[in-house]
Amino acid sequence: MRIINRKPSRLTTLVLGLLPFAATVIGYAIASHYRRLDNPADKLLPSLDSMAAAFWRMATVPDRRSGDLLLWLDTYDSLWRLGTGMAVSTALALSFGIAIGFIPHVRAALAPYLATFSLIPPITILPILFITFGLGELAKIALIVIGTAPVMIRSMAQAVLDIPREMVIKAETLGASVWQMITRLVLPQLLPRLITALRLGLVPAWIFLISAEAIASTSGLGYRIFLVRRYLAMDVILPYVVWITLLAFLLDLLLLQLSRRAFRWAHLGGDAL
Amino acid sequence: MLKSIAKATLLAAALTMPLSLAPAKAEVKTDFKVCWSIYVGWMPWGYLQDSGIMKKWADKYGISVEIVQINDYVESINQYTAGEYDGCSMTNMDALSIPAGGGVDTTALIVGDYSNGNDGIILKDKTELADIKGQTVNLVELSVSHYLLARALDTVGLSEQDLTVVNTSDADMIAAYATDDVTAVVTWNPLLSEIEAQSNATKVFDSAGIPGEIIDIMMVNTETLADNPDFGKALTGAWYELMGIMSSDSDEGIAARTAMAEASGTDLAGYDAQLATTKMFFTPEEAVAFTKSAELPETMKFVAEFLFDKGILGEGAPSPEFVGVSFPDGSVYGDKANVKLKFDPSFMVMAADGTL
Repeated sequence: MRIINRKPSRLTTLVLGLLPFAATVIGYAIASHYRRLDNPADKLLPSLDSMAAAFWRMATVPDRRSGDLLLWLDTYDSLWRLGTGMAVSTALALSFGIAIGFIPHVRAALAPYLATFSLIPPITILPILFITFGLGELAKIALIVIGTAPVMIRSMAQAVLDIPREMVIKAETLGASVWQMITRLVLPQLLPRLITALRLGLVPAWIFLISAEAIASTSGLGYRIFLVRRYLAMDVILPYVVWITLLAFLLDLLLLQLSRRAFRWAHLGGDAL
Repeated sequence: MLKSIAKATLLAAALTMPLSLAPAKAEVKTDFKVCWSIYVGWMPWGYLQDSGIMKKWADKYGISVEIVQINDYVESINQYTAGEYDGCSMTNMDALSIPAGGGVDTTALIVGDYSNGNDGIILKDKTELADIKGQTVNLVELSVSHYLLARALDTVGLSEQDLTVVNTSDADMIAAYATDDVTAVVTWNPLLSEIEAQSNATKVFDSAGIPGEIIDIMMVNTETLADNPDFGKALTGAWYELMGIMSSDSDEGIAARTAMAEASGTDLAGYDAQLATTKMFFTPEEAVAFTKSAELPETMKFVAEFLFDKGILGEGAPSPEFVGVSFPDGSVYGDKANVKLKFDPSFMVMAADGTL
């Protein structure tokens, strides 16, 4: 049988999937071992044990100064910023996406501007954001929104344009008003695409969250990483990176499951990553 | 299955091998690299490289020394700690927490200067240090700014619990000060003088209030130095030759200071103003006397206690005495079995005796 027709069993799929992860951990452990042979207190590649201990300490031992459990405080603050920012972006994407995609005059007015605006690297206008929104939560959330909303709006507008013209004409023939077409025709077609846009938007959103927290902050996952970077505490940084990755992965998985449950018809096409 | 696991392991090991070979190995060698970052007291390092003084001294000992500028200060220390460089300019506090705390045996080769007003606390629309109570203070957390704040608060009977510290990148400090919600900052030159120039800013405390505690030093790897004393001699010789030039008001001295001023983004007057708040040790005799002084062990005790208090001395550090610091008279602060930071004036003494 040709290799393209041989499918792995469930167990093999699981093992094959875990293999690269295991290889990474083993590779790290070997490199760390050799570095620590040279200098047992090496900070660059700490042992897996010391990273686990540091993570445990961050999660369960109250901070000497403030008495907070740092990991949970950081996680909560970061997720709050991320959630607020993405909620605003999603609302903007839905409303502007429909308006631009469905109403030619709005499209003519906003599409070129939006296309240009979405090309501004958000980090470069950070000093302006500071002065406009201050150094508090608002600037951080604004950075996330500015970084993700334009692209999400564009992808929503495109999704509206992709709705077969025949369906719009049919609705018009049946006497639907613009509002009825938006609520009954466009919105249902758009919601699964909105979740996809949200999933893709979360990738840059994490980057902007961490960047914003690195610049001026008192808490957050990005804040902690950039703080302990001052003394090369890789035993804290590496577990935090893994933790952030895990949170991002779970968020993505959650959104995918939501889409599968809520819009079963949009997932009939077979395999998807 | 087992075979593929074994294969993957070997591959991973091969891929990560270079990572494990990075630490600077102690051995006799001829090519050395040191790094530095922008700061008034470290500008001579860049000039040493550009002017050829370093090359002259390296040639004298038959070695080569490359002096590399790194834009990010913390990154330069991290690179040194990771073994990429044989030496790096840093403060006494960062040397204790990053390389020494990370087990990299480090020697203070050239004690260059101490901050004598170069680091300061600025309040907006307030004029007394005590007014800082209850405010949010923007600073680079866990840096010498943080240390300065802690020492300043001691003097007015306050502690960090009385205010909120916001970690703010030094690159954004000036923009941050321009925003309404920033009312207090702690920072260093040249940012300090830039912010102090604003009409609503008052400097309420600076490092002149704790002279000799924030020390700027060329730190080198102890093993590399032990195996290659010529490296230490060349660096020290070149440094004090330039110190002699730049402290004079001759044309050569002014040319050197002008070049350093331009390299740090200011002009001669601006650079001279920064030098005025820096206690430069222009002669090796001054540096040796300072290194041998009775105050240095006191300072290092303050610093170690500050670092321990903030949880920076590393995983499993049971007390401020976790990392040992040795001094010229042979005394040790902290753990005698774990001495990783060494104040050794012997190369500066050679420079003073003219035997380099």
